Amino acid sequence: MSFSVEVEQKQNILCVRLHGELDHHSASELRAIVDRHLEEHNTKHIVLNAEGLTFMDSSGIGVILGRYKKLQPRGGRLIVCGVSAPVYRLFEMAGLFKVLSLEEQESHALQALGEAV
Amino acid sequence: MKNEMEIQFSALSQNESFARVSVAAFIAQLDPTMDELTEIKTVVSEAVTNAIIHGYEENPAGTVTITVHLDDDVVGISVRDEGGGIDDVDQAKEPLYTSKPDLERSGMGFTIMENFMDEMSVTSVAGRGTTVYVKKQLSKNKVVNH
Ligand SMILES: Nc1ncnc2c1ncn2[C@@H]1O[C@H](COP(=O)(O)OP(=O)(O)O)[C@@H](O)[C@H]1O
Ligand SMILES: [Mg+2]
Repeated sequence: MSFSVEVEQKQNILCVRLHGELDHHSASELRAIVDRHLEEHNTKHIVLNAEGLTFMDSSGIGVILGRYKKLQPRGGRLIVCGVSAPVYRLFEMAGLFKVLSLEEQESHALQALGEAV
Repeated sequence: MKNEMEIQFSALSQNESFARVSVAAFIAQLDPTMDELTEIKTVVSEAVTNAIIHGYEENPAGTVTITVHLDDDVVGISVRDEGGGIDDVDQAKEPLYTSKPDLERSGMGFTIMENFMDEMSVTSVAGRGTTVYVKKQLSKNKVVNH
């Protein structure tokens, strides 16, 4: 309903742009879309753009950590960007920044992964 | 002033956003700050999701009941299910503990509820159900004239 995902493959990086509310209900949609993409494309890294998120709860943490774990065997990284203050607070509480890196914008995240912008 | 409302709905994940929005709309009369509203919506979302996933194991025949009490600037919310209940409440409340890691749960629900509210209590009887009660005093000194 009030959630949508936009994906774009840039070489071996999958850019995932989130819009709306990420809860337990919409998490399953995000999981399905990203996992299908990971199977079909040669993806090493994921850039998760949270700029369009208007709400997130702990189900969002679970689905993001789950995708991070999927990248581990590929030696990839997961970078989040466009994180609002409330979402930042949840990430912090869950200790997510121990495994994920944070960038302000998507272009910065791509640069950090060595992609020409 | 005292005010009260109650809603009931089926244990369907579609209703998680309905629950958040309904509680937020009711609390709007107290003129909460954006942060307070976000915190309360997150807490409602956590408790309702738990009732649906853990209490009823996603069986839509289950019913979730939310009661909201307003007493001046104090908001009290209880979220109740008649599902499976919790065997060990202390363990359940531990940060990162989840009984369903296979479902990619983060185990952060109760930690978030405790953090965002002033008070939280969990009453649960195995095989009978769970009630989570949370309470928050809203800030009084708000800017009234913009
Ligand atoms: N309403 C409920 N009914 C039964 N068990 C529950 C309920 N709420 C929470 N639990 C138990 O408490 C644990 C911790 O809950 P929580 O902190 O929200 O983490 P998560 O939902 O990610 O597992 C759950 O894994 C579950 O075992
Ligand atoms: Mg939970």
